[in-house]
Amino acid sequence: MDSNVIERLNGILSKDRVLTKKADLVTYSYDATADVMTVMPDVVVLPKTVEEIVKIVKLADETNTPIYPRGSGTNLSGGAIPVKKGIVLCTQLMNKIIEIDPDNLTATVEPGVIVNDLNNAIAPHGLIYPPDPGTVATATIGGTVATCAGGLRGLKYGVTKHYVMGMQVVLPDASVVRFGGKTVKNVTAYDFAALFVGSEGTLGIVTEITVKLIPAPKYRRSMLALFKDLKDAGNTVQGIIKQRVIPATLEIMDAMTIETVENYAKVGLPQGYSALLLIEVDGMSKESVESEAMAVKDVVTQNNGELKIAETDAERDKIWSARRAALPALAQLSPTTVLEDATVPRSRLTEMLLEVDKIAKKYNLKIGTFGHAGDGNLHPTILADERNKEEMERVHKAVDEIFAAALKLGGTLSGEHGIGIAKLKYLKDEIGDSGIALMRNIKTAIDPKGIMNPGKLVP
Amino acid sequence: MTTPFDEYRLIEDEIQKCMKCGNCQAVCPVFSVEKTEAGVARGKIALADAILKGRIDLDDPDLYDRVFNCLVCKSCMQNCPPQVNFDKIILAVRSAIVKKKGLHPLKRTIFNLLFHKKALFETGIKTGAKLQSLLTKTTQSGEGRNLRFPIGILDRKRVIPSLAPTPFRDRVEEKIICSNPQTTVAFFTGCSINYIYTGIGDDIVEVLKKNRVNVAIPKDQYCCGIPVFAHGDIDTARQMARANLDALEKTAADFVVFGCGSCAGAFSHEYIELLKGDNVYEPLSMKWKQKAVEISQLLLNKIDFVKPKGQIDEVVTYHDSCHLRKTVKVWKEPRELIKAIPGITFKEMSKPDACCGSGGTYNLTHYDTSSSILKNKINDIKKTTAHIVTTACPGCIMQLVDGIEQFGDGQIARHYITLLAQSYKKEA
Repeated sequence: MDSNVIERLNGILSKDRVLTKKADLVTYSYDATADVMTVMPDVVVLPKTVEEIVKIVKLADETNTPIYPRGSGTNLSGGAIPVKKGIVLCTQLMNKIIEIDPDNLTATVEPGVIVNDLNNAIAPHGLIYPPDPGTVATATIGGTVATCAGGLRGLKYGVTKHYVMGMQVVLPDASVVRFGGKTVKNVTAYDFAALFVGSEGTLGIVTEITVKLIPAPKYRRSMLALFKDLKDAGNTVQGIIKQRVIPATLEIMDAMTIETVENYAKVGLPQGYSALLLIEVDGMSKESVESEAMAVKDVVTQNNGELKIAETDAERDKIWSARRAALPALAQLSPTTVLEDATVPRSRLTEMLLEVDKIAKKYNLKIGTFGHAGDGNLHPTILADERNKEEMERVHKAVDEIFAAALKLGGTLSGEHGIGIAKLKYLKDEIGDSGIALMRNIKTAIDPKGIMNPGKLVP
Repeated sequence: MTTPFDEYRLIEDEIQKCMKCGNCQAVCPVFSVEKTEAGVARGKIALADAILKGRIDLDDPDLYDRVFNCLVCKSCMQNCPPQVNFDKIILAVRSAIVKKKGLHPLKRTIFNLLFHKKALFETGIKTGAKLQSLLTKTTQSGEGRNLRFPIGILDRKRVIPSLAPTPFRDRVEEKIICSNPQTTVAFFTGCSINYIYTGIGDDIVEVLKKNRVNVAIPKDQYCCGIPVFAHGDIDTARQMARANLDALEKTAADFVVFGCGSCAGAFSHEYIELLKGDNVYEPLSMKWKQKAVEISQLLLNKIDFVKPKGQIDEVVTYHDSCHLRKTVKVWKEPRELIKAIPGITFKEMSKPDACCGSGGTYNLTHYDTSSSILKNKINDIKKTTAHIVTTACPGCIMQLVDGIEQFGDGQIARHYITLLAQSYKKEA
C-alpha cells in the first residue's frame, strides 16, 4: 500500500479512529467464517460520517488501494476478510437511527445500527422489521443489507431485499448516489436497491438505508412436531403449505441435532425421533391463528407425527430455546464448525436431507442438519477440527458434494450467507459462463479499478 | 505445576473452541463503549491465538494495552455458543506477559505488600486513614471523598472511598459464639470490607448472630488473590490462595461466607484453576469450594432463615455483581432477601446484570471507558425511581457511589445485607 495513505487517513479522521497497530490489525483479519484464510489489513478506519467515507474512498480511488466495508464481522462467507490487504472500513460507529416514520411505515438508519436496536426502537409503535438472521443482537443493518440476510421468518415475511426501500451509497469513484425512498411505489430509473442489496460490498459503501416496517402480529401459536421417519417430516412441510397455511416459522432439526441439543440445553426434547419440526403461526386475529394451528395439527397427525402445542409462554420459550440451542450445541462438539446454507425448493427438502446424510456417511463426518424447512434453506453443519488435515480434506469433498446435490435438486449455493470467498469456486456451477460474464460487466462498470471488496462474489 | 497460567501453550484447546461468531459484542461492556474488535472477547482470543502462532510478540506494548483493556466481568461467557472459558484465556495471556516482561514495578510493590508484608501494608493503610483528610475531603452527599487536587491518574471529580480508621478484623472478636447455634461459619471478609466498608462487615456479623450462627473471623486471612491474578501475578495469587485455605482449615467451620462476589468467586472457581495439580492444596480447594457460600445462599439454602420484621419504606433496586452472578451463579437469593423485608418496593432495572465498569482496578487504569459504562448503569438505575441501589459487592458499591455523584440524582448505594441488618435492628 502507498505509504502516504495512512498519513492522509490521519488527516481525514481523528487519530483514534485510524488503527495501524499490529495488535488491532490482527483483530480485523477474520470474520465469523470457519476454514477460510485470515489476512491482516494495512489499516482499519472507523468513520462517523458520510463525508469522511467520501474522502476515504476518494483516497482509495486515487491510490488504487483496496477497501473493505465491514459491519460487525458476523458473516459466514469470508466476505469481510481483507484478502488483498488495504483499508478495512468499519461502520460500527455510524449507529444512529436517523428517523422512525410510523405514518409511512419506514425507518431510516445509518449502516452501523444493530438489527435488534432498530426492533427495540420501533416496538413502542407496534411495528417490526422482520429480517431476523441468527445474529440479530450483533449484526449491523448495513451488513445484513450487503448480504441480503434472511432468518427464521423468511417463509412468511421474506428477507432483507423485501424491506429495503431506499439507500444512499458512496460509489467506488467517491460520488454519492441516493435512490428510492419512503414511497411504496417507485419505478424511477433502474431498481438500484435490488442491485445493491446482497452486493457484498463489491459495488460501493452503503451509508444510509430506508427500510419498510410492518405491524407486529398480535397473536401466535407455537408447536413442536416429532417424526420417526424423515420423509413424514418433509411431507408435513409440504402438506401445511397445501392447506394454504404460511407459518411465520417452520424449522427442522435432524436426529443428530435433536440429540445434541438435548444433551446441551436439557430442554426436554424427546429422543429416538428422526426429525422434528418447530412451527409458529401468527396473525392479527385469534380466530385465524387458531384455525391455522388446527390445520397444522391435522397435517402433522395425517403424516404420523406427534404434536405438542405450547399452551403457555414458558412452553413457547422452551420450544424456541431448543431452536436457538441448535448451533451452539453442535458447535460444542468440535473445535471447527463449518456451517453451510445450501437451499432447495421446499418440495425437494426430504431428498436434500437424505443426500446430506449419505454424504456424511460417505466421508465419515459428523454433520448435523437443521434449518428453515419452510423455505428449503438448510444448515448442514459439519463438525471437524481444522488442525486435522486429513479430516479437513474430507470436509472439503463433502462440501463440494453438498453444493452439487443442492444444484441437482434445483436449489442454490447459498440461501442467506452469501458467496464471499467461501463459495466463489462454485459460482459458475449455478449461473454458468454467461452469468459470470454479466457479474463481471456490472462490477467493471461500477468499480473499474476493482478496489471495492476485491476477491469477493465476482470471480 | 502445569496450568495454562504457567505454560502458555496449554491454552490452545480453549482458544480453538472460539467459533468467531462475535456474539460477545452484544454483551461486552468495553465494546459497548469503544466499538473496536480488540475491545471484545473475540478480538482478544484472536490475539491469544496470534501469540501462540508467533504472529505477535508477548513484548508488543500494544498487545499489553489490548489484553489489559478487559474487566474480566465474564459477560461474554454468558452469551458464548461454544462456551469458551474466556477468563482462562485472558488470564493465561496476562500471566504469560508478566512472566516474560515482569510485573509493573508499582504493581509489584503493592502485591508484595499485600502478601509478604501485610503488617507493613496495614500500617500504611492506617496512616492513610489518618492522613486522607489532607488530600481529600468528604463529598457533599457524605458517601465518599473527593480529591482536593488531582493526583496522577485520579481525576479530581472522582469519588474515592474513605479508609476506615481501624480495619474490621482488628476490632472484631476472632470467634463469635451464639447459644443453640444452627451452624458455624468462617467469614472471609476480603480487603474492601476489612479496610474500607467495615460497616458491611458489622452488618454481616449482626445478621449471622440474629440467625444463630457461630462466626469465626480468622485474623490470618489475606486478600482473596483475584486482583493479583487478574494482573497476571500468578505466584502471589497462588500464595494467597494457599494461605487463605490454611486459615480456613484452622477454623474447622461448616461453611465459609462472603459479602463480596469476587472473593466468593475465588473460592468457587479460581482457586480450583490456580491449584490444579498441587497435591496438598488442590484437594483443599475442592473441599472449600463445597463449603463456599455467599451470605444470601447460607441464609436461604443452608439454615432456617429468621424472617425480618422491621419496616423499611423504600423503593429498592438490585445491581448484579458480575462475579457473583457470572462466576458463582447467584442472583435469585439476594433479591429474595431484599423482597423479604417488610415495606420495601423492589423494582428491577433494565439489564441488572450489565457490568458497572468497576473491574477491580479497571476503573483506575481505564477511567474514561469505565465511566461511560457506569453512566449507562446509572441511567438504568434512575429509570427505576429507586432511592437505594443494592448490590453484593463492595467494589460495585465504590463504583456506584462515584457514578451517582456524577450522573445520578441522590440515590444511595448499599450492600443488600445492610438493609437486612437495619430491618432486624428496627424490630428489636
